[in-house]
Amino acid sequence: MMSFDLYNDESRELLKFISEALFQDLHQGESLTVHFRGEDTTYVRWNQSKVRQNTSVLQRNLSFEYHYNGRRLSKSFTAQGVLEWDLITAREMLSEARKEAPLLPVDPFLVEFTNHGTSVSEYRGSLLSGEDLIHQIAVSAQEVDLAGLYAGGSIATGNRNSSGQNHWFANESFFMDFSLYNQQLAAKSCYSGFHWDQNKFNDSLALARRQLEVMNRPRKKLTPGNYRAYLAPSAISEIASMFAWGPLSYRAYKNGANALKKLQDKERKLSPQFSISENFHLGLTPRFNDLGELAPEKMQIIEHGELKQLLVSSRSAKEYGIAGNYASSSEAPRSLEIAAGGLSKSHVLKELGTGLYLSNLHYINWSDLQNARITGMTRYACLWVEDGEIVAPIEDMRFDVSLFDIFGDSLLAITDFQEVDPSVDTYFQRALGGRKLPGMLIKDFNFTL
Amino acid sequence: MTHFNFESSIAKFKDQADWMGLRFYREKSHDYFVRNERLESCQTNLDQGIMIEVVVNGHLGYAATSDMTSDGIKQAFLRAKSLSQQAAPFKAAEFSNAQRPPSRGKFQSPYLHRLNTLTTDEIMSVLLKASQTLKRSDSIVSRYAATEVKETQIQYISSSGAQWEQDFQLVTTQFQATAQNAKDIQTRTFGNSLQAGAEILQDPKLFEQCIMTAEEALELLEAENCPTGVMDVLIAPDQMNLQIHESIGHPLELDRILGDERNYAGWSLINQTHFGKLQFGSKLLNVVFDPHQENEFASYGFDDTGNPATYEFLIKDGLLLRGLGSLESQKRLGVPGVANARASSWNRAPIDRMANINLVPGSSSVEEMISSVQYGVLLKSNKSWSIDDYRNKFQFGCEYGQLIENGKLTRAVKNPNYRGKTLEFWNNLKAVGNPKTYETYGSPYCGKGEPSQIIRVGHGSPYCLFSHVEVFGGLS
Ligand SMILES: [Zn+2]
Repeated sequence: MMSFDLYNDESRELLKFISEALFQDLHQGESLTVHFRGEDTTYVRWNQSKVRQNTSVLQRNLSFEYHYNGRRLSKSFTAQGVLEWDLITAREMLSEARKEAPLLPVDPFLVEFTNHGTSVSEYRGSLLSGEDLIHQIAVSAQEVDLAGLYAGGSIATGNRNSSGQNHWFANESFFMDFSLYNQQLAAKSCYSGFHWDQNKFNDSLALARRQLEVMNRPRKKLTPGNYRAYLAPSAISEIASMFAWGPLSYRAYKNGANALKKLQDKERKLSPQFSISENFHLGLTPRFNDLGELAPEKMQIIEHGELKQLLVSSRSAKEYGIAGNYASSSEAPRSLEIAAGGLSKSHVLKELGTGLYLSNLHYINWSDLQNARITGMTRYACLWVEDGEIVAPIEDMRFDVSLFDIFGDSLLAITDFQEVDPSVDTYFQRALGGRKLPGMLIKDFNFTL
Repeated sequence: MTHFNFESSIAKFKDQADWMGLRFYREKSHDYFVRNERLESCQTNLDQGIMIEVVVNGHLGYAATSDMTSDGIKQAFLRAKSLSQQAAPFKAAEFSNAQRPPSRGKFQSPYLHRLNTLTTDEIMSVLLKASQTLKRSDSIVSRYAATEVKETQIQYISSSGAQWEQDFQLVTTQFQATAQNAKDIQTRTFGNSLQAGAEILQDPKLFEQCIMTAEEALELLEAENCPTGVMDVLIAPDQMNLQIHESIGHPLELDRILGDERNYAGWSLINQTHFGKLQFGSKLLNVVFDPHQENEFASYGFDDTGNPATYEFLIKDGLLLRGLGSLESQKRLGVPGVANARASSWNRAPIDRMANINLVPGSSSVEEMISSVQYGVLLKSNKSWSIDDYRNKFQFGCEYGQLIENGKLTRAVKNPNYRGKTLEFWNNLKAVGNPKTYETYGSPYCGKGEPSQIIRVGHGSPYCLFSHVEVFGGLS
């Protein structure tokens, strides 16, 4: 693959060259924001600690949002990375946009481009490369049955607009998202960062192997019903993934698709222990959104159980006549944090007493959106605990709970530690971002099947 | 702009690997989304690039590039080769050009008028009228009308003589009405994904469906919650498609059985010993892999390895016969499969995917099935889905339910959900609708794989009646 410096420099230059050329072409009444996103990534897919597929992906995408006398449309294309050729495609698309825009209705909620400043963030890492990459992972994992994905390389994103705004973000990073198997049972882990350290990878393998040993014990079959449960940070992360589907969005609130509507309307309450923020100090994703607006470094969304504000994009702000807070156009959180509490790691099992230790959950969806009810499955290392002692792994169970209960009256304690769960999303391209979460002790976690 | 030549690219590099293939993929899509009679977004995307495949020392590896200059292709070839050389000593399976047949030919999806003849004006007027039609009353607080039209071309050439191309004309529509009063919020949707041309947007029934959708959303506002209990359920084709997808399609994928997906989508309750032996469902259950059904969303001539696609029974008279696995998976697992190695785009390697998985119609009319039910519920339109990583314990929610009491359809019920276990559920299939009750649905959104891929699938089904299903409703 290319060096980070080469990929980053070429990509930043491409955005600069194309956007400046297009801005020069603009006529009266036209304005433009040009975006870049791309990656130079090595993907290695593992099964039984062997290489199933290795795919190297070099891609660059250019897109622009075009405004013409109050109308708005977007165009995007895969760039070759050859300045002159990409400019020909970009100009063709701009001329298409000029033909189409007059046919569109005026957009009353159009957010005009303004200059939201200039920022450059570039983080060079040190990754496994060349001869080392496959060999190092394969040798470390040779005594176990490992399935998963290594993804490493450069990711870049940026935007410039015709009012002079200029943002750029690039990093060199990796993750090794994996699970280990003992016939039917598994333990899950993910090692990620900017500098590959073989010892740290071996440590995370060793930890997962120790978890897997517990899984050797005969499985306990549970009957449906309410159980006291401890949800580890990775299980809370699965639940927190639902916050991307409307519960924190003002537009979803107005359109009947916000599961926490009853919190906004003060019909339901959450626990005073429960606080959520959008926290860009995590450094996992750029602060600028698709319009180039810079969100505050930290913004409280729910504080001690009370809703402080929903995520409001500038477009929603215009449509609904309220103040915006520079949310992304989807109004999904980009760098979510759930605040820590007071339960220490060494007290988790003791405080749980008899119940379930849930390390991971799977495939969550709404079962009753208006009541914030979700359903999903237990997955990987989920354990039966008696009097603070781990007894046995459980057979997978289906749960059905309301966020108003588990983050409300049923929430007994939150851990004093948090874990960062980096995004391992690789649809279309390797994603930036992640979440920071504590573990939680829940009084009644309801299993149905 | 593209300036590359297939033949010369292959000629240049073919002697430097044991085998090589080159897949060019170009997709132009237009997305329009109208909310509350206003244009919310209008997007055009041109996605194109090249995937190089090489076999080195019995290992098959990949490199994708959006740089289609001759130097870009050379660099991609060298990346594919060097990483595959490193990987070969640790390869999960031995492959050769036997997994990349030297197919030749063309596939063209059906259309009357190509999608690129649709104008912005035409699309906008349909969507705006649909949104206006959905606004049956002030209680319909949110109206949503969207369409995506996509033209996809794939060309493939290999050093062992493959040379084929496919052209797809793809249309997705989605319409939604959300009704709200002081007590509740309810949503009804309809839409489909098909292979078709520009003519599809001229369907006059579209606006009738908008009216019905809005009326049903209003009706649900006043409805009681779906009752709780174990009962018969009659499932409409627009929910059957999800039921087939999640609890037949995915568990039959051979790469899941092989464990490739264990760290992401999951494993399977099925293993290789079940083929030819396991009674997956009742005798009434017949399921096929049908890549040739006209207009269905995932029809094709070849999969992305060039394997010619043929119609196959997966389940016959309830007996599990065949899995969904490519030539690669068939070699690894030693069981029969289908032509289903598919890649979501130029930048992904092909993996085992569903395509068109259809449930074969039976002989019952909808009226006969309803009249056979003492107490049960008719379920329409999926709104929520969740299933475990072995594809066993599922729970699905629908938008609209209607009680069946003493052999008659009675009142509408809201928030209907049901849950069950895959094999028990399919073995409780007690009637299958006749061809008149058969409908075909497509979805662009099946997610799977590491790195992940979203791909289109199609599912045809008649109305089906099941007994002993655990049903429940919402809280308020
Ligand atoms: Zn799927």
